[in-house]
Amino acid sequence: MLSMRIKCRSISRGTAEGEVLLTHDSISFLGNVDPKTGEIVEPEHELFGQCIKDKVLVFPHGKGSTVGSYVLYQLIKNEVAPAAMINIESEPIVAVGAIISGIPLVDKMEKDPFEVLKNGDHVKVDAASGFVETEI
Amino acid sequence: MYLTKEEEKTLEGEYGETLRKAIEILVALGDIYGADSLIPIKSAQIAGVSYKTIGDAGLEWISDLEGKVKVPAILNPAGMDMLRWEEMGIEPDFARKQQEIIDAYESLGIRTKCTCTPYYLEGFDAKLGDHLAWSESSAVSYANSVIGARTNREGGPSALSAALVGKTANYGYHLDEMRKPVVAVTVDCELSGSDYGALGYVAGKSIGSRVPIFYMQNKPSNDELKTLGAALAASGAVALYHVEGVTPEAIRSNFERPDENIIIEKQQIADVYEASAEFTEGGLDTDIITVGCPHCSPEELETIARMLEGKSIQKEMWVCTSREVAEKCVGHVKAIEKSGAKVVCDTCMVVSPASNNYKAMMVNSGKALAYVPSMCRVASRYGSIEQCIREAGVVDEN
Repeated sequence: MLSMRIKCRSISRGTAEGEVLLTHDSISFLGNVDPKTGEIVEPEHELFGQCIKDKVLVFPHGKGSTVGSYVLYQLIKNEVAPAAMINIESEPIVAVGAIISGIPLVDKMEKDPFEVLKNGDHVKVDAASGFVETEI
Repeated sequence: MYLTKEEEKTLEGEYGETLRKAIEILVALGDIYGADSLIPIKSAQIAGVSYKTIGDAGLEWISDLEGKVKVPAILNPAGMDMLRWEEMGIEPDFARKQQEIIDAYESLGIRTKCTCTPYYLEGFDAKLGDHLAWSESSAVSYANSVIGARTNREGGPSALSAALVGKTANYGYHLDEMRKPVVAVTVDCELSGSDYGALGYVAGKSIGSRVPIFYMQNKPSNDELKTLGAALAASGAVALYHVEGVTPEAIRSNFERPDENIIIEKQQIADVYEASAEFTEGGLDTDIITVGCPHCSPEELETIARMLEGKSIQKEMWVCTSREVAEKCVGHVKAIEKSGAKVVCDTCMVVSPASNNYKAMMVNSGKALAYVPSMCRVASRYGSIEQCIREAGVVDEN
């Protein structure tokens, strides 16, 4: 199968694969996500009711309380964390949360992830070498 | 970002998983903010201490770490007085979890003193130009503005990482160009005492996260600057401010006056002291008075002790400070407690769930006024230290 490699910046090391789940809304892990189930519980959020478990979660960046970093750790411990994350541009809350939790995180993809990726695509995030690989 | 060979090795995991993750956090933040390298720090102050704030997730993360910090490191206020929590009305379950958090930090070599005023404590004195990794917003403001040391407003994990590595990434307030004032604040009236907290409460909203320079009619003391900075960081997100002719960098650098000018008038300060309609029309009565946000200095404890000496109060009153300062000021603490007021250590009215046991609070802190209504859901009103003590229902013992 043909695949395309898109360069990006590594924020949290590691490699993972999974199905894409995209949102144009930023995420406050404290408050927006149920740490026990991995479900988005904020009614105003584009992903309301969806589960981020094992997904490659694509969102612009984090927001809200810095406690959100610990919520990512809780998601990992509860085995409901995303497999990997892709940001447009990462900020400290999600960056720190991803690192303490060992979730691969990349940002600044050379192509707009909202143009080249769609929900359900199977992608590989290689935050060790700094690329996202997608089937075309 | 440039890394030394040792730093590279740390990042490759040669010194264990805890240090690998710690340096990965510092490098990631450095990359996000465009740092050129890591720089040594003199001390760290770590947020993420109250069980109310970090919960089981935070506790679990800290407990999983191994090793020892490389520089003096200290903690933010906890959710309770670590010795007198029962008297405060804290539940035993909360107390147990809080103690577990403190123990987890202690096993990493962190001094388990919990305060927002580390600069009063031995080993945490900072000087002009020192690089630090401090977390608590008022401590960051004091270090940057009043002392002229250099620190960003660190999150809990990044401050802990900096303590473990002994370094932080060189960006933000560590750099000269980020420390220049970009907005002027002209204060149109004379101020004293709690007026400075009111000023911070009012001005912070317009300043946001920018660096201001204040032009004032009189010269504030360090304690007054402390309350100003705490309020600026709470109602805005100010991590560094200058006061013309007063703060060390303003004196040394002779900053150019920024084009944008915010004028603060006497009425705006007076408005902060006005109780809301809940109090005036709703008949809400103050049932707790809290002072010591940020934690009292020895001088502030002395002032309060003098005002309460030989008197007794009728309402619940907390005087918040750090345990080390309380232990140094035994005489003042005794005088305050003899009046019926409690000298509460390790915690404060903002971070302790014990605040939730009350309906209406009087504070002399612009920071507490900004946070208590939203974080503790307790109605709040503002008063000077004299008004606070009067509100506590002070009567002469004889």
